[in-house]
Amino acid sequence: MSTINLVLHVWRQTGSDDKGSFETYQAKDVSEHSSFLEMLDQVNETLVADGTMPIAFDHDCREGICGSCGMVINGTPHGPQKATTTCQLHMRQFKDGDEVWIEPWRANAFPVVRDLVVDRGSFDRIIGAGGFVTARTGSAQDANALPIAKGIADQAMDAAACIGCGACVAACPNASAMLFTAAKAGHLNLLPQGQPEKESRTRNMVAQMEAEGFGHCTNHYECMDACPKGIDVEFIAKLNRDFVAATVTARAPLNTRAK
Amino acid sequence: MDLQSKAPAGDIETRWSRHKFNMKLVNPANRHKYNVIVVGTGLAGGALAATLGEQGYNVKAFCYQDSPRRAHSIAAQGGINSAKNYPNDGDSVFRLFYDTVKGGDFRARESNVYRLAEVSVNIIDQCVSQGVPFAREYGGLLANRSFGGAQVSRTFYARGQTGQQLLLGAYQSLSKQIDAGTVEMFPRTEMLELIKVDGKARGIVTRNMVSGEIESHLADVVVLCTGGYGNVFFLSTNAMGCNATATWRAHRHGALFANPCYTQIHPTCIPVSGENQSKLTLMSESLRNDGRVWVPKKKEDIQKSPADIPEEDRYYYLERIYPSFGNLVPRDIASRRAKEMCDQGLGVGPEVDGERRGVYLDFGDAVQRLGKKAVEERYGNLFEMYERITGEDPYTTPMRIYPATHYTMGGLWVDYNLESTISGLFVGGEANFSDHGANRLGASALMQGLSDGYFVLPATVANYLATAEKVEIDQSHPEVQAAVQSVRDRMEKLLSINGERSVDSFHRELGKIIWGYCGMARTKEGLETAIEKVKALRAEFWKNVRVLGGSEELNVSLEKAGRVADFLELGELMCRDALMRSESCGGHFREESQTEEGEAKRDDENYQFVGAWEWQGEEQEQVLHKEALEFEYVKPSQRSYK
Ligand SMILES: Cc1cc2nc3c(=O)[nH]c(=O)nc-3n(C[C@H](O)[C@H](O)[C@H](O)COP(=O)(O)OP(=O)(O)OC[C@H]3O[C@@H](n4cnc5c(N)ncnc54)[C@H](O)[C@@H]3O)c2cc1C
Ligand code: FES
Repeated sequence: MSTINLVLHVWRQTGSDDKGSFETYQAKDVSEHSSFLEMLDQVNETLVADGTMPIAFDHDCREGICGSCGMVINGTPHGPQKATTTCQLHMRQFKDGDEVWIEPWRANAFPVVRDLVVDRGSFDRIIGAGGFVTARTGSAQDANALPIAKGIADQAMDAAACIGCGACVAACPNASAMLFTAAKAGHLNLLPQGQPEKESRTRNMVAQMEAEGFGHCTNHYECMDACPKGIDVEFIAKLNRDFVAATVTARAPLNTRAK
Repeated sequence: MDLQSKAPAGDIETRWSRHKFNMKLVNPANRHKYNVIVVGTGLAGGALAATLGEQGYNVKAFCYQDSPRRAHSIAAQGGINSAKNYPNDGDSVFRLFYDTVKGGDFRARESNVYRLAEVSVNIIDQCVSQGVPFAREYGGLLANRSFGGAQVSRTFYARGQTGQQLLLGAYQSLSKQIDAGTVEMFPRTEMLELIKVDGKARGIVTRNMVSGEIESHLADVVVLCTGGYGNVFFLSTNAMGCNATATWRAHRHGALFANPCYTQIHPTCIPVSGENQSKLTLMSESLRNDGRVWVPKKKEDIQKSPADIPEEDRYYYLERIYPSFGNLVPRDIASRRAKEMCDQGLGVGPEVDGERRGVYLDFGDAVQRLGKKAVEERYGNLFEMYERITGEDPYTTPMRIYPATHYTMGGLWVDYNLESTISGLFVGGEANFSDHGANRLGASALMQGLSDGYFVLPATVANYLATAEKVEIDQSHPEVQAAVQSVRDRMEKLLSINGERSVDSFHRELGKIIWGYCGMARTKEGLETAIEKVKALRAEFWKNVRVLGGSEELNVSLEKAGRVADFLELGELMCRDALMRSESCGGHFREESQTEEGEAKRDDENYQFVGAWEWQGEEQEQVLHKEALEFEYVKPSQRSYK
């Protein structure tokens, strides 16, 4: 089994009031079969042995589905491999002697908590503003009473595949959350179940996104490139269309949420 | 202790509806006066918190991730069962009930299982109404597939991401309630202790994982939906943070822990590739629908490229041993046979720790028969995932798979109401022991989590609130103060040891012991050895673990240390339970109890019971209590898949 050695420059920051800086560490004898996070685990073991606090990073499933992990690796969110989360990035993508720069997502709406951990609570609040279908538990009709064309269901699933990791925000020069919001709104706006609340959903999610301090989308499309699930920017166009339609019917001021 | 299941008697088909009618309701105008704590917001807890919030209760919900959307439920791939019988292939509530009791090897409570099958049809309706994008046929109706060897197609799915879509459905409903203010959500907050006052569960002590602040939260009822304990094994398909702390703390306060030795080893996972591996990845069981499992017939072939091994030198052992089920035999059987092949020296793949542990799952025939495109449509995303992890292309080279710990059937003992032996403490989802007996069928965990969360707990928790006397307490109560203090003391203790070994090194070692002796095959001597080893490891942990930093900051080592300390106690109990149960059943295989053909041999005369353990204090042997199981509707028979 082949192993490699790397030089890591890792962003260390103890909390939101700390300025933070890069620290340099050696990653030695890393198996090419290890994942990027397993490589960091290995480095952390050596740090602990030396009496240094281990590098903090978010992670949980390590299968590319929970959306917990995420760091900017050599300038690219989730690193060099396309359509791959950090936890699914494997060390065979690196060469012996490589220098690797590792930073947290950087965006005003994602304050750093510690090291590579950021606070993505803003995403949850965008969902709370309208990213749901009101469906009182226990009162649903039979599931097959509402046939949905396969094409529509598939498209909704394409949008629903978003894992909410935030790479789109990290990749965007304006730190916009348009791809995330568009995917979440698009999933529900496409489906018949989502129609009754479509307008309020669109308005409220967009208003919340702006209130959280995300930047505006100026069509760079870096987000789609960085997205580990390949969510299409087509959904941004759809959100824009839905938003225009929703503003026509708006009864509340546009930038505040109609609650 | 007399374990009362409280399951209603009489006709099984009407038990749940009669029980629901007999339970008390809480007047809608009074609901906001009741405080409910829900720990865990995966499928079970997320669904419950959303439902109770919508009904008007005052809910506080907790999870350790940064968002409820990231609970481990998100990782479920294959699907969710429901007795809808949309394909009209002979399925029914009774058949799902029957299959689940039989699949669980006659170690589950009939009443609970029947209710699960009954409620399963409402789950699909509920999820579709929320906008869960299940797979559909061209006509626009919902698509189904057969899963894990079931003879009917009753599994609903959303590509290979069913758990994700179901969880997002629950999370979205929950988010709506959080925004509406009926649910207060505490992400990155870990429950570290239960608060019990006058024999009743009245709250929890938590640690804010960002600031380190220790807090107490009080309520009229506490519900734990904190998932399974598969991470005792260190390497498992569970998410890294999955832990048993919440249930174990409750156990130490008197909640009995049932059937801890029933763990499920999933046959199709990517094998271990090296010493630094942190987790194992599941490849959906649906792969066995078209993939063929084999190993080389001759030992000298194990290092050859599979392409160089001619057809006649391949041993398709499942097809050979089980002609009628073939590659689709239940999980426990497929797992054990893979182990047996590797034990015989026929395993393939890289050598780790001096052993080759892997068998082939070959899609060569499927690609020929169906074409690459059809195979890609069915399994494309799984193949991609496999390639990303191993660097090998399964369209041209057979996958390598090996069993890994996946699910825990054991958990806190609960009655028919899902209430534990502590009054006012309810348990839902994988955290309880309730519905799967000694072995869970594929696509049934999601079903159980949502059944508990959307339908069962909202009714039974309301009944509890309506009938229990409401007593106000506040933070100054001595029991509350004591619980908070005990958490502080434990943190301080962990931080002050300052030994030589990292938390992970203890966890890895524990995992090796449990996997080795309490994994796919268990023996009396092995389990006795394991108990001694775990005890010794636990003693060393408390002398020699190294946890850096302080308690008032984000401290990953400290979080892990607390969890591993609990695993070190639970691991021993798993071995004791396995030792006590000297029969084989479902996922629990005692080598001493097998048929001539090497199949699991149950001993109904002596072991047709739920084994529930009572904590006696630190370093004291726990006491076993038994709930006898009766089978009125499905008569116990030896499982046969030949
Ligand atoms: C890889 C994989 C694939 C699977 N595929 C399928 C499938 O196809 N079909 C199927 O039916 N089942 C499947 N399962 C099983 C199924 O996913 C789980 O059993 C089920 O999702 C568990 O749901 P839950 O709500 O009980 O717990 P979880 O989803 O694990 O949620 C636990 C919750 O508790 C919280 N928590 C835990 N401890 C604490 C604590 N101390 N303090 C605060 N919060 C805490 C967590 O933050 C989380 O919110 C799969 C499992 C795995 C591992
Ligand atoms: S850890 Fe879950 S997506 Fe990476």
